[in-house]
Amino acid sequence: MPSSLIERPVDGPSATPPAVTTTRRADRNFAGLARGSGIAVLIIMAAIGAFLLWKALPALQANTAPFLTTSQWFPDDPAPRFGIAALAFGTLLSSLIALAVAVPIGVGVALYTAHYASRRIAPVLGYIVDLLAAVPSIIFGLWGLQVLMPNSKGLWRWLDQHLGFVPLLRNDLDSYTRSVALAGTVLAIMVLPTVSAISREVFMQVPKGHLEAALALGATRWEAMRTAVFPFSRPGVVSAAMLGLGRALGETIAVALILSATFAINWQLTEPGGNTFAANIALKWNEAGSVGLGALIASGLVLYIITFAVNMAARVVVERRREFSGAN
Amino acid sequence: MATLTPTGSQVHDLLAQRRLPWWNTAAVAAISVAIAGLFALTTPISGTAGTAVTALLTFMVVQTAVSTAVEGRRYAVDRLATTLLVGALVAALIPLVSILLTVLLRGLHALDPSFLTSTMRNVSPRKPGGGIVHALIGTIEQVAIAAAIGIPLGILAAIYLVEFGNRSRLARTVSFFVDVMTGIPSIVAGLFVYTALVLTVGLERSGFVGGVALSILMIPVVVRSTEEMLRLVPRDLREASYALSVPKYLTVLRVVLPAASTGIITGSMLAVARVTGETAPLLLTTFLTQSINANPFSGPQASLPTFVWDQIGSGTTASVDRAWAGALTLIVLVMILNIGARGIARLSRVK
Repeated sequence: MPSSLIERPVDGPSATPPAVTTTRRADRNFAGLARGSGIAVLIIMAAIGAFLLWKALPALQANTAPFLTTSQWFPDDPAPRFGIAALAFGTLLSSLIALAVAVPIGVGVALYTAHYASRRIAPVLGYIVDLLAAVPSIIFGLWGLQVLMPNSKGLWRWLDQHLGFVPLLRNDLDSYTRSVALAGTVLAIMVLPTVSAISREVFMQVPKGHLEAALALGATRWEAMRTAVFPFSRPGVVSAAMLGLGRALGETIAVALILSATFAINWQLTEPGGNTFAANIALKWNEAGSVGLGALIASGLVLYIITFAVNMAARVVVERRREFSGAN
Repeated sequence: MATLTPTGSQVHDLLAQRRLPWWNTAAVAAISVAIAGLFALTTPISGTAGTAVTALLTFMVVQTAVSTAVEGRRYAVDRLATTLLVGALVAALIPLVSILLTVLLRGLHALDPSFLTSTMRNVSPRKPGGGIVHALIGTIEQVAIAAAIGIPLGILAAIYLVEFGNRSRLARTVSFFVDVMTGIPSIVAGLFVYTALVLTVGLERSGFVGGVALSILMIPVVVRSTEEMLRLVPRDLREASYALSVPKYLTVLRVVLPAASTGIITGSMLAVARVTGETAPLLLTTFLTQSINANPFSGPQASLPTFVWDQIGSGTTASVDRAWAGALTLIVLVMILNIGARGIARLSRVK
């Protein structure tokens, strides 16, 4: 090959044998570097579990109460007693409230954006939802504490007075602040963009032909949604909800600011109290002794395992859908 | 033959169903608001929220009834569904508008020129005054450290997935765990870095440790966006480069990456925006301080999110005002990054 042909903005001509070896080595090094970075992701994921377990073990061994079923938190006592029962309860309950509110609204917004809004408005709506996702959680917490809490008292009181026969909504303390219901509502606003953005993407992938066929057969818009859009996008919406659940489970700051951090299992959602894994870690971190630190790390490990499982399940659902639509 | 051909009005009856006139929605809405207003005046259901809910429920009932009577059940259901979807949209926009407006109004109220140039050193929680310059320095340094670790690692991992992985078992595993990594709670990232760097290696709590924690949150975002961009680069470009006997690593560095550069910059900026507002990992790893510490490798360092957290915690009127002003600064910073990133993405799309 004439060397003039490869005189371009490329370092090192590859015509002579030694240069070829250098090039090959550089190629191999670069491939190795890229591969190493990919493997680093796997190492980090494994290391998170390993380090948390390692540093949690001494505290778990010192614990004199069953870790999974205790709802007290006295890790720095001479005889440490701590457990995650109340934390798990509060975490799951607040996240479920968040999903119950956010999934219908988020999916509704996604459906409207994808198939109802005019072409001019739809990108704007998508943009706004994406911006909502970018608001830092400390701001949701501050807003929840200073704006939503005083303004939502009337709603909780109304629910108590008119639907108080439902045990979940009864309030015996006549205090309607810092409740799990309030934290769940703020969480709902925080996970709404996640649910909405992913659902919107799924709704947009519905084959145009299916939708147009339904409309051409005389279906109303809603019937077209039910017959062409929903069957296609159900797995995607399920995984959007699960990713939202993952975000709600791990949310720290907003919940830590709102809840009054008690270690009791209370089913009356509008009463003050409740606690979550993440909020408890943030609130107890600076006052924890050595066993206390280990106990918090242990609860963090449980949170990691739960969110890991939820996210993995969500991804598996998405993967399956991808295969399905690929076969189409 | 003539008798079999339908006349004009018969065609109309065959093809067109009876539909409500276009002004129906507005009319029903007016009726609903009137009824809700009547309720507000005569029954205990009052207040803005209560009236709005009553009006919405009345609207749904009246419109469904009218539509069923004139158009039939199918069209009534269709209209009800549309109403519910618009309702969902409004319900989603109310908190967004409320958050942005409150941050803007209360932040501007508390913001004064010295806020951006002074620290909290020797400022009592009860007294107004003080500022965030120490937190701003901390946030910039911590995010820079996070970006210096997270962006190269993320881009390289994405290059592996697209250019070298060939959908091998390893590449598919990495890709899967990048997705799972997106969902790691930020506090768990903080816990991990604390156990690894502080408890195991023996570093002290500092801005650097916080930056490493933030980088873990950045990596999956950078990988995903870079991967997406690299896959959009046409195969032809790579093949043209190979045909000129350019080695693979130079093809990636000089041909593929430049072609995808705007997308990668967008993704990286979004990742930076995401971690700029993170509070939880920094609470565990950087600790708090009220004065300037420009050295991220030694001693506690402030940051914007932990500043806001600290000021809320003090709970006095003056400190809550400072919290709002800090929140405004933070949200402006994050929004500039976000809108800038999306602007770059849009510019590249035109090309």
